[in-house]
Amino acid sequence: MRVFLAGLSIVAGLATAAVAIPAKADPAPDIGNWQSVLDQARGQTVYWHAWGGEPRINDYIAWAGAQVQERYGINVVQVKLSDTADAVAKVLSEKTAGVDDGGAVDMIWLNGENFAAMKRNDLLFGPWAEQTPNFAYVDVEGKPTVINDFTIPTMGLEAPWGMAQVSFYYDTARLDSVPRSAQELLEWLVKHPGRFTYPQPPNYMGSTFLKQILTELVENPKVLQQPANQADAEKVLAPLWGYLEDLQPLLWRNGQAYPQNGASLRTMMADNEIDIAFSFSSGEVSSAIEAMELPDTVRSYVFDNGTLGNTNFVAIPYNASAKAGAVVLADFLMSPEAQLRKQDPQYWGADTVLAMDKLPADMQKAFADLDLGIASLSPSERGTVLPEPHPSWMELVETEWQKRYGVAQ
Amino acid sequence: MLRFFPAFTLILMIGPVCAGLIGTMLPAFGYLPALGGDGISIDPWRDLLRQPGLAISVRLSLVNGLVATLISFSLVMLFCAAWQGTRIFAVMQRLLSPILSVPHAAAAFGLAFLIAPSGWIVRAVAPFAGWDRPPDIVTLHDPMGIALIAGLVAKEIPFLLLMTLAALPQADADRTRQVVLTFGYGRVVGWLKAVLPRIYPQIRLPVLAVLAYSTSVVDVAMILGPTTPAPLAVRILGWLSDPDLSHRFLASAGAMLQLILVLMAIVIWRGGEKLAGFWGRVWAEGGMRGRRDGTLRRFAAGAAILSAGAVFLGLASLMVWSFAGYWSFPEFLPRSFSLRLWMREYDMLGAILWTTLVIAVLSVMVAIALVLGCLENETRRFQKPGQGAMLLIYLPLLMPQISFMFGLQVFFTGIGLERTLISVAIVHLIFVLPYVFLSLADPFRALDPRYGQTALCLGASPARVFWRVRLPLLTRAVLTACAVGLAVSVGQYLPTLLIGAGRFATVTTEAVALASGGDRRMIGIYGLLQMILPFAGFALALLIPAVVFRQRRGMADHNRV
Amino acid sequence: MSRTLNPDSTTSSGLELRRVSIRLNGRGLVDIDIGIKPGEIVTLMGPSGSGKSSLLAHICGTLPSGRAAGFEVGGQVVLNGMSLDGLAPQDRHVGILFQDDLLFPHLSVGGNLAFALPSTIRGRDERRQRIDEALESAGLGGFTDRDPATLSGGQRARVALMRVLLSEPDALLLDEPFSKLDTELRDQIRTFVFDQARLRGLPTLMVTHDPEDGAAAGGRIVNPV
Repeated sequence: MRVFLAGLSIVAGLATAAVAIPAKADPAPDIGNWQSVLDQARGQTVYWHAWGGEPRINDYIAWAGAQVQERYGINVVQVKLSDTADAVAKVLSEKTAGVDDGGAVDMIWLNGENFAAMKRNDLLFGPWAEQTPNFAYVDVEGKPTVINDFTIPTMGLEAPWGMAQVSFYYDTARLDSVPRSAQELLEWLVKHPGRFTYPQPPNYMGSTFLKQILTELVENPKVLQQPANQADAEKVLAPLWGYLEDLQPLLWRNGQAYPQNGASLRTMMADNEIDIAFSFSSGEVSSAIEAMELPDTVRSYVFDNGTLGNTNFVAIPYNASAKAGAVVLADFLMSPEAQLRKQDPQYWGADTVLAMDKLPADMQKAFADLDLGIASLSPSERGTVLPEPHPSWMELVETEWQKRYGVAQ
Repeated sequence: MLRFFPAFTLILMIGPVCAGLIGTMLPAFGYLPALGGDGISIDPWRDLLRQPGLAISVRLSLVNGLVATLISFSLVMLFCAAWQGTRIFAVMQRLLSPILSVPHAAAAFGLAFLIAPSGWIVRAVAPFAGWDRPPDIVTLHDPMGIALIAGLVAKEIPFLLLMTLAALPQADADRTRQVVLTFGYGRVVGWLKAVLPRIYPQIRLPVLAVLAYSTSVVDVAMILGPTTPAPLAVRILGWLSDPDLSHRFLASAGAMLQLILVLMAIVIWRGGEKLAGFWGRVWAEGGMRGRRDGTLRRFAAGAAILSAGAVFLGLASLMVWSFAGYWSFPEFLPRSFSLRLWMREYDMLGAILWTTLVIAVLSVMVAIALVLGCLENETRRFQKPGQGAMLLIYLPLLMPQISFMFGLQVFFTGIGLERTLISVAIVHLIFVLPYVFLSLADPFRALDPRYGQTALCLGASPARVFWRVRLPLLTRAVLTACAVGLAVSVGQYLPTLLIGAGRFATVTTEAVALASGGDRRMIGIYGLLQMILPFAGFALALLIPAVVFRQRRGMADHNRV
Repeated sequence: MSRTLNPDSTTSSGLELRRVSIRLNGRGLVDIDIGIKPGEIVTLMGPSGSGKSSLLAHICGTLPSGRAAGFEVGGQVVLNGMSLDGLAPQDRHVGILFQDDLLFPHLSVGGNLAFALPSTIRGRDERRQRIDEALESAGLGGFTDRDPATLSGGQRARVALMRVLLSEPDALLLDEPFSKLDTELRDQIRTFVFDQARLRGLPTLMVTHDPEDGAAAGGRIVNPV
């Protein structure tokens, strides 16, 4: 008993001692003076927490790290996540433990709800994004989502990295014609029951499908850009639930089981379980074909009335230990050279956030000459980009979906 | 000095676990200042009870956990009863042991591909059935959780078998079995009536560990289990990962509920034990000989072969996937093969394996030292640790990881002990030590005490007796315990990721990250990579004693398990 | 070596059990008062479970102590004028032979003997010589590097005895050491053990339930209680 207490007091002593030792301080860089930021960044190591499920993206990140090391002397380490929430959890637990400086996470690849949550809980450093040199090239006018993340203003707390737009894809060897709207999808499924499904909300892709349908079916789309109002919510969402009622029995496995993420839709298409799937990037589909996950007869398309589009970003936690390094890295990611390589389906195939007309002539030509890949949609093929609804709508939709369809009948 | 080992071990284990529990309990009652939760309230519980399908999730976790454990336990007991002491037993044991080095997730992935409606088994049949599309049936993610139970059973059988084998010598199983046979009992019935009651107290703890794991498993449940709704542990992970940070309170309440579920499962199991004990006595005294047990014996062998076979086939499928080009239904084998992905991973491989190995070796070395110290102390002082102390050591085995990981993370961050190799090794130690203890305790205690007494009376100091007599005799047991510890450490995901704060890329952190990308090829490659180190560990545990003691036939007994 | 000689008594006064009593969980197991002279072989006979082995364990110092074990001991054990109470087994210089030879399976025959050889005998050559001599005297010349598992029962019993003797004990305890040997060997080994004990002047206490062992020993036969 005595030994136990002695030991406990030793541990307690260690705990207090450690808390008393200040964590490694990292002063905020002076964004206005870019040279001072570069000087501060030199020699730092940036731990970039980014989803690591796609080897091509990991390769791209490694390339970016090498470039930044060569040019600015910054060491970049990718912490491969299976879920962005793990990085958010880390920052949160540090804030809980009172670690307000010298944190473990220097940069996170995120958007949407994750960003909204971090912003709401004061977990981000900034503002910084709009003062970086390369931000000047960003297409703020043509792509409003680069400063409005799911309708929440970014306020310079995150830097845009890539564009994403929902596109559908199918195997041309199996299908001749495809539905091009929510209603057509329903009709198509009547003829081909069980050949389509969507990931189970609250998974990101699953929610996206629901948002897509909602945006198409809602009476007044502008309502969705405003925060959800409990009073009218039921009326606004009614068309969605009516649609899903009709849809559910026609889904794969009669809607009794759902895939768990967007990536599994690819696998299911290869397994011949479904005929139509969707993703956030047509470039991703080209990459999948190159990686031999899908046959080369697969093609992408969009709905006639447009599909949802958004931007994904990189942000810096409030307690990062290499803020200057992260800022410089983020700036590099927005550079025309990095964005060009990103759009090249040989390396990744994701769309750029930059405005072509803001770029120097040689970069404009390089972008124009890029071979976008066999299943990717060229800018002209992309159709209308629909804006994302306000996050509060999604919370309502996800909660209600859980009640209605989250438990198999 | 040895006297302090048990207390020190306990503190090392329990301190962090308690901190972890507290760190989860507080948010469960609304207290998490970092998110604005400043007071105590039961709102998180109200929230939890409002979640749709909660009752089903709870029922799934509880029932699947109990059923999976019951099935694995019964099959292992039946198998031992039917075949112990025969050559077939030795063969089957050798077949089942390598499965110990297969990580749960890899085995689950392999099984998933086998039984999916678009999986290997169906593809084998498809040409004859004329299917060009997979049948629209639910085998994977079935709502009853049968696929999940199958996946759990396949991995638990080898583990329980290992534990049972370690317990047999202490119960004098061989001679008991022979005596009972002379009474005219059939093999199976005789073993069950005479040997099982004696070894059960030894294997109770591993069985409870299996029960706790099955009731709170996350990764296997995500791969094989129901999704509408999912078992509780999977849902908790979902709430924890929800971008809406206020769901953390809900998740903490869920984690507490999960803990209660595990305790309930254990209570139910113990109740079952009492019942079985009562009926067992009646049955044993009934005198029924059960001589005609041929079918039962064949069934036992069949079940063992089936479970081992399923895992091996699953692994084979992972291997094929790792080399596959485009592979679609209903092709039985890929159209083309490619080394591309292997080549790409090759460069990073060395560093990742090295990190995994260093962490594992550190935690296993400390665990072995502590366990040997505690066991040696026990022998010298003639005192077995109390039930309470043993419960504390096995606590990390019995508690769902998800119920204390967040609190643990805060604790380590708070004492500044994170992002270092030492801290990751310490966290791994928390999970490695109970398994090492479990593996080593029986063989250590089963060692003939007269060896030690003889050595002491020959004038050797207790230290000399330990290093020169007891330890060499326990070589294989120690190496096996090391291999088990190594496998446990290699398979850790949340602890490495959260406490290491992403600084340490191990084979498992990479595997899980890549698994979220859905490509079966990457899953195959990393599943196989995850097995390399544990497999090497078990192989060494087999080879080293065989080589070192090749001239000593007397060591064959000690080398057997 | 924590042995100090008491100048007032003779250096070899043998093994004395002065009113030694052992109780297990309240039940009286052993109550004995006897002195064994050097070279004398005393036989302890009694039914099984009567605590004979516990007495031997108590003399060697390996009886489990502590409340949990349940043993209560009284009296004094004195060897050559020095009390053994409180001494650790390795400091008592009491040798014991069990029913099983308990040769360490991981060491060779020579290794087993070397284990017993006191560390005061230094030098590999010197030690090797002692071991070889011991094996010769037991009729096992040339067996130094053999694997104990390859020896016959009788050979192993002889190695076990030589091992105990090499540790230079001042007393010898025998716990039914011949019961596992077949009849022809038994007589041979028995004679060998007793001769060695008498030769070296070791007070010997033998526990057995075979009356022949007692007769062959030729000494007193007592009951533990």
